[in-house]
Amino acid sequence: MARLSAAELRERLRNDLPAALVEPAPLNLKAAPAHGAQAAGFITTDAVVAPERLVAAALYLRDTLGYAYLSDIAVVDYLADGLFELGYRFYHVEGGPSLVIKTRVPRETPEVPSLTPVWPGANFHEREAFDLYGIIFTGHPFLRRIYLWDEFEGFPMRKDFPKQGDKYIGADE
Amino acid sequence: MPDEQEIQLDLERQGIFLSTLNRLYNWGRRSSIWPMSFGLACCAIEMMAFGLSRYDVSRFGAELFRASPRQADLMIVAGTVTKKMAPQVVRLYNQMAEPRYVVSMGACATSGGPFRDGYNVLRGIDLLLPVDVYVPGCPPRPEALLHALMALQDQIDHQKLGRLRWYGSGNKPQTSDFPVPTFGAKGLEVDGRLIDPVGGLPLLSPYNAPEFGETKTGSLEHPEIVRHFPIMDPTVELEDAFKAQGVSPEIAANDLKRDEVGDGKA
Repeated sequence: MARLSAAELRERLRNDLPAALVEPAPLNLKAAPAHGAQAAGFITTDAVVAPERLVAAALYLRDTLGYAYLSDIAVVDYLADGLFELGYRFYHVEGGPSLVIKTRVPRETPEVPSLTPVWPGANFHEREAFDLYGIIFTGHPFLRRIYLWDEFEGFPMRKDFPKQGDKYIGADE
Repeated sequence: MPDEQEIQLDLERQGIFLSTLNRLYNWGRRSSIWPMSFGLACCAIEMMAFGLSRYDVSRFGAELFRASPRQADLMIVAGTVTKKMAPQVVRLYNQMAEPRYVVSMGACATSGGPFRDGYNVLRGIDLLLPVDVYVPGCPPRPEALLHALMALQDQIDHQKLGRLRWYGSGNKPQTSDFPVPTFGAKGLEVDGRLIDPVGGLPLLSPYNAPEFGETKTGSLEHPEIVRHFPIMDPTVELEDAFKAQGVSPEIAANDLKRDEVGDGKA
């Protein structure tokens, strides 16, 4: 069973894929007061790779480490930091915990190379991320909305999507 | 009508069977309400339990879930109606033969439920279809759906043949197709007009539940609804999700419209 920790993954990526890892900048998280005092800047412990080296890193996980199953792609909108963070979660087919590689793109130009040409299972995940967050996956063969209708304007899971509902009538959008 | 029924029932107990065409018609109709097998979300699971042997809707003559709208009398809108699904729901309803009934099952189908303020859920199927019975709950228990069926049967019992909304005299708006909404940039549109905007109130008045199947306008109305709930006043700003900023106007005006709770001495 494959048991690779995030720290070990970073170590291996640092050795085998030089210049793929980037040092993650601390994030401006604003935690709920009920969650108690927290450090001001949050630094992720996962491996953060540069967007242009994402495909190489994912193929390294698949072909060298054997993490062949791409479980999901998660997007987080860090509005205060002006960036989107994408987390790709991989599983080893023999079992064991998952591995995550992350990548960060600016909110103004959210372009990430697509994994679909080498990883057909990424197709729907990337279309979902495009639908709800507007991430442009360059090289994707069929980047269209998957949940919402094609005529819909805007990306509803972004933090700056206008607030909804009866409460916000008359509020500037 | 109720007196008439009392007399009839009284006579039946004594072995004398009198009836009217109305009653025979309604008896036939109420005893074979065939629902359409059509589920949208988790309420459909309860609807399956309602149809199967434990709750056993066949006791009420409604056991045949038809897979085709042409053969169904009752549409149970069981679950969240997303805006993407709403045109198909209306289209299925249009394909049903009259007389046809709609049960709005659960909070989502009735009003949008917890997703009402979201961007993708229709705020109640009654914006698009005439609903006969609403079932509250999230999801409703199968017993609640059985009760809804009994309520619908009660409504059918009181139908009058000449005044039915499908084949009575006068204009019969419900025999024509209901408008199928189309997709717009901000939400669903009917005749090019936004009916359920992404931010704001729906601009369509609900089709009220017709009482005994008679009164119904059937026309689309687009009132510019002006509602004011002080607690929803936009001047009450939420700075973030955890902290409300400012004082709501009714508290500032000391206008809570109720007496303060005394300490019991006065």
